[in-house]
Amino acid sequence: MLYDVIVIGAGVTGCAAAMELTRFDLRVAVLEKEEDVCCGTSKANSAIVHAGFDARPGTNKARFNVLGSKRMPALCRELDVPYRNCGALVLCFDEADRPRLEELLRRGEANGVDVRIVEKDELRALEPNVSDAAVAALYAPTSAIVCPFELTAAMAENAAANGAEFFFDTPVRSIAPFDAGWRVLTDKGPFEAKVVVNAAGLYSGELHNMVSENKLTVTPRKGEYVLLDKKAGGLVSRTIFQVPGPMGKGVLVTPTVHGNLLAGPTAVDVPDPQATNTTQAGIDDLLARARQSVPTLPVFRTITGFAGLRAHVKQEGGTDFILGPVEDAPGFLDAVGIESPGLSAAPAIGEYLAAEAAKYLSAGKNESYRPGREPVYRPNEMPWDQRVEFIKAHPAYGQIICRCEQVSEGEIVAAIHRKPGARSLDGVKRRTRAGMGRCQAGFCSPRVLEILSRELGVPQEELTKSGGASRPIVGFTREGGAEE
Amino acid sequence: MSVHDLIVIGAGPAGLAAAIAAKEAGVDDILVLERDSVPGGILNQCIHNGFGLHTFQEELTGPEYAGRFLKKAEELGIAIRLNTMVLDLSKDKVLTVTSRENGLEQLQAKAVVLAMGCRERPRGALNIPGYRPAGIYSAGTAQRLVNIEGFMPGKEVVILGSGDIGLIMARRMTLEGAHVKCVAELLPYSGGLKRNIVQCLHDYNIPLKLSHTVIDILGRERVEGVTIAQVGPDRKPVPGTEETIPCDTLLLSVGLLPENELSENAGVELSPITGGPVVNESLETGVPGIFACGNVLHVHDLVDYVSEEAGRAGANAARYIRGELTEPGDAVPLRGKNGVRYTVPQSIRPAVMPEEVVVRFRVAEPYYDRYLSVYVDGERISHRKKQIVAPGEMEQFTLRRSQLGPDTREVIFCVEDQ
Repeated sequence: MLYDVIVIGAGVTGCAAAMELTRFDLRVAVLEKEEDVCCGTSKANSAIVHAGFDARPGTNKARFNVLGSKRMPALCRELDVPYRNCGALVLCFDEADRPRLEELLRRGEANGVDVRIVEKDELRALEPNVSDAAVAALYAPTSAIVCPFELTAAMAENAAANGAEFFFDTPVRSIAPFDAGWRVLTDKGPFEAKVVVNAAGLYSGELHNMVSENKLTVTPRKGEYVLLDKKAGGLVSRTIFQVPGPMGKGVLVTPTVHGNLLAGPTAVDVPDPQATNTTQAGIDDLLARARQSVPTLPVFRTITGFAGLRAHVKQEGGTDFILGPVEDAPGFLDAVGIESPGLSAAPAIGEYLAAEAAKYLSAGKNESYRPGREPVYRPNEMPWDQRVEFIKAHPAYGQIICRCEQVSEGEIVAAIHRKPGARSLDGVKRRTRAGMGRCQAGFCSPRVLEILSRELGVPQEELTKSGGASRPIVGFTREGGAEE
Repeated sequence: MSVHDLIVIGAGPAGLAAAIAAKEAGVDDILVLERDSVPGGILNQCIHNGFGLHTFQEELTGPEYAGRFLKKAEELGIAIRLNTMVLDLSKDKVLTVTSRENGLEQLQAKAVVLAMGCRERPRGALNIPGYRPAGIYSAGTAQRLVNIEGFMPGKEVVILGSGDIGLIMARRMTLEGAHVKCVAELLPYSGGLKRNIVQCLHDYNIPLKLSHTVIDILGRERVEGVTIAQVGPDRKPVPGTEETIPCDTLLLSVGLLPENELSENAGVELSPITGGPVVNESLETGVPGIFACGNVLHVHDLVDYVSEEAGRAGANAARYIRGELTEPGDAVPLRGKNGVRYTVPQSIRPAVMPEEVVVRFRVAEPYYDRYLSVYVDGERISHRKKQIVAPGEMEQFTLRRSQLGPDTREVIFCVEDQ
């Protein structure tokens, strides 16, 4: 089978690229080493749609951030993805730092972003719970928050509905040119395509180096986070940044689209692209810095902590997204070094990569392309009468499985049968929020395992939390096994 | 909107006992709402014995204990709606409920008994560093998998926290052939019942490592080990004491949290100490006609006390429905001092109190050879010598109406040296 385009990586960048590629008359495959979409950097980040004031003007980061964040509201509406334009403030704690705030203001203006500086009184009026020590702030009203899990899943669903084929548990081992394009060798056998899109996140450097003499090094940069209960969700109503430093945008405190409060990330370079563990030092550090911004941060309301790894690429003269055709590898398109603002930029990066692929292949438009995705029913968000009628017509949506987030059996079953659908506890969690609440799946995980088993026809002991060897059940009790 | 005299939220031990008592006190129109597919609550997965010593003077298993109450409820014709989740409760006692069978609806109650129980504190709430692999369970989730589903959640087990469920699961996992390597407890003493430490750990040679905690979780997909360390008096890990224990499972028994989201929706005031509603002698919350009992009120060690307490809540709900609690008079605050962390109830209204009110309380840390004393306006009315009192064992005192006067200002519960 010769594909027109193979996208490697089903994170937010890969799924955006796949979705945009299906707008053209192209045969598209997506190869993902994990068991689901959104398993790497895309699932563990700040979930911010950055306004675009931070990146140096003229860089890919600035260009694609601004384009991506402008596209995001309409895209989220089209795909029914939770998105909220909450605005952002960058706090300045010291008059001596004011020049850095002003530098951000200039960058924002140069990037065409609506920004202004607010002084202490206005800042306090906007956000009563930020620290008294903040002397001023940059205010970016267009900054927003999004659900990165749903965004990635939704773009994948759109791509799949428009013909893209997804292959999971399919890690790429080698890429070599052949007369018709590229031969991609995976654990599931060879795949061939005229064009390869490298959206492999932390592994994008490795893939790039398989085809190019201009070597790149992607360094995993760890960011640890703490997520707080919805009871703390109203502490701030905007994303609260601090004046950025050399390692990134610093620690933020932000509401999430689902009403929780998120604090993080740290920024520490680590050698291991799988080191998604949290550390005591990291948690202590991020909490201390988050408290600088919001002193009353109720740490006792923590419901979970997690760490993500950014794909940081070391370059001369500052870091940037490396995007598009690789000079010495015709038909190979890079998306390397997609760290922040990668989530914000993803829709624009996808568009650009698809356009480049289409240009290279002289592909025409896909006349039957359909935007959007199959409807996702969330009874909790419906008006009362509609909700009553909907549950009457679909009784499984009346049966609550996840108590904390009030997620129904109907929503879980639907998530399993979407394409691509959930196959694991985490897959269900990312799509429905079942297990994401304050008891952290204590009550619902046995029930979700049951439902997954029933819907997929897979015995519970073979199901996983997140693919691979992550099986929650290792065997039977003496009596439980008796019937086997 | 259908209207009921009494709606009980939860058909666990508390809800069942409350409904039975209300029915026996003459309330006919009672509806019990239960989110699970079977009544009985957490007792269904507690297949060990030791339940009912106080109530029935015999040792029952959890399901047997629940069965006695269920049978009674059935005989009394009490309606229990299963698979029914209460999504919201308003201060006007309107409940929003959902189920597969009846869909989404609103119910109006004249009185409500909160009996939702508690949930387990999860790993995330402790900020334990490390990976997030499969194999980390709260002890109660593991208990459900083993005792109800017949699944083994792991074979090589470390348990963090020596709460009663953790201790019970140490024995249960051992009996199922798993190897429980140790139970680590942050505090210098266990939070579980003494009898559980003896019967579940000592009898199976499972080490209890006091003043230890888990400081790292290893394994990306499935747990491969945990690192534990000793903690100092500040409860921070002591450098140099780290020890990595290979295992495939970490069970957490690190505290139970009364599940009061519905209570909060109704505007019920919660105690920051118990996590449960602040109640008076009738076990009535700050919202008139909303009563609370069992683990949603404060976490109990023994189900017998849950049943007794819930019976009082149900009977008082009946009095409320009959209009007997409408002019209650002033409330006398009950306070814990000198080592007594809290009391339930938190206040008593002498004008409406029955002949006796059972006051339950916990101490803040273990004490040896001390006295538990009760003062009414500075006058000591009780002075009991105790060889040992511990936070894991709830204490109680029966306060009689004759001990309070019309001018009583406060009642103090405390630990004394002499």
